[in-house]
Amino acid sequence: MSGIIAQNVGRRSGLVKGPEAAGGEWTLIQTITSDGSDATISFTSGIDSTYDSYCFQFVNIHAETDDATLKFNGSDDGGSSYDIAKTTNFWDAYHREDGGAAAMGYRVAEDAAQGTGVATLWRNFGNDADAGSSGYLYLFNPSSTTFVKHFISVGVVASSGTYLVHNFMGGYLNTTAAITAMQFSMSADEIQGGSISLYGIG
Amino acid sequence: MSGIVAQNLNRQSGLIKAAEAGGGAWTFISKTTASGDSTISIASGIDSTYGVYLITCKSIHPSNTATEFTINFRDGSTAYDADKVTTYIKIRHAEADDLDNFVYDTGNDATGTGGHLLMENVGNQNDASTSGTIYLYNPSSTTFVKNYICDFHSMAPDPAVADHILSAGYCNVTAAIDGVQFAFDTGNIDSGDFCLYGLST
Repeated sequence: MSGIIAQNVGRRSGLVKGPEAAGGEWTLIQTITSDGSDATISFTSGIDSTYDSYCFQFVNIHAETDDATLKFNGSDDGGSSYDIAKTTNFWDAYHREDGGAAAMGYRVAEDAAQGTGVATLWRNFGNDADAGSSGYLYLFNPSSTTFVKHFISVGVVASSGTYLVHNFMGGYLNTTAAITAMQFSMSADEIQGGSISLYGIG
Repeated sequence: MSGIVAQNLNRQSGLIKAAEAGGGAWTFISKTTASGDSTISIASGIDSTYGVYLITCKSIHPSNTATEFTINFRDGSTAYDADKVTTYIKIRHAEADDLDNFVYDTGNDATGTGGHLLMENVGNQNDASTSGTIYLYNPSSTTFVKNYICDFHSMAPDPAVADHILSAGYCNVTAAIDGVQFAFDTGNIDSGDFCLYGLST
């Protein structure tokens, strides 16, 4: 590599030479903003072999129904069906706004053991007007046809009963088929606000 | 924008047009380096430009030993005193291999306007510091509370312990958050870098 191409490696603006192997940076693929009445939010494109890892960033997700749980599922057919077997672990910590209660624990009721239905991402959403919940979900190597597909999530939920719930969830989609779509929904009623952005990493 | 520059937007290799204000979805906004400061404030750059902000704290070194490292948030005035509720999860392992635990620490979570504890018991040995990250979501919202997620590590002094603190919170205000401030409970921040990034959403 020589001349202007070499000179432009590592520049942050203008005409630059991209790093080898597509970057090492985050690329925004798609943002879906809730229209206020979404039974589901689905990402049916952009999840492929372009990137090694993907990250969903959730900003101010608002639930229609108090005490609802944010769910997810994966698809290996581009979103025609969301029914991937998965095993997850789930734990959280909570703290009430008035300081009246605080604890941490593994939540057996929220994990999954090879279920093909939706699984819990974060629990216990409040539906107060100012209750927005945010966090992230990493999905690793979804296009692999050799390995199961691992994921890790952390979320902060402004909860029913004016609790802060600090959610931790991990697991794997137990398939060697490529995962090509992901879908999010509430355990009851709709997603009534917020946005979810999908990024490709590295 | 036209021609090959426009065509090359969003390409992932070769000669490409970088995204506005710096390549990739993350944009570096500012870096503040501590040098014997009682507080470090990031008083600009947190606004409605980005949906998600990341603050990295690199090798934050206190002047005093066994100090508590905190963050607080500015919500419309000059004071860093936004009301908040927080969690505090502690994972520890001693160098001597005689201590390990994993607990929720009700003594270090918080409600109210005081600082959010990011890391307890930071040592001031020459090789000691604390480092970590803070994700701050949609700080300019005037509708929702402001969620944030923190992940810090430190080497505690005497006995030396690897301390890992997972904490989170929300500023329980609908006013926009437009600044953050870091401090130790005693003494100064002798050194360390605080970098602010924005994530396009």
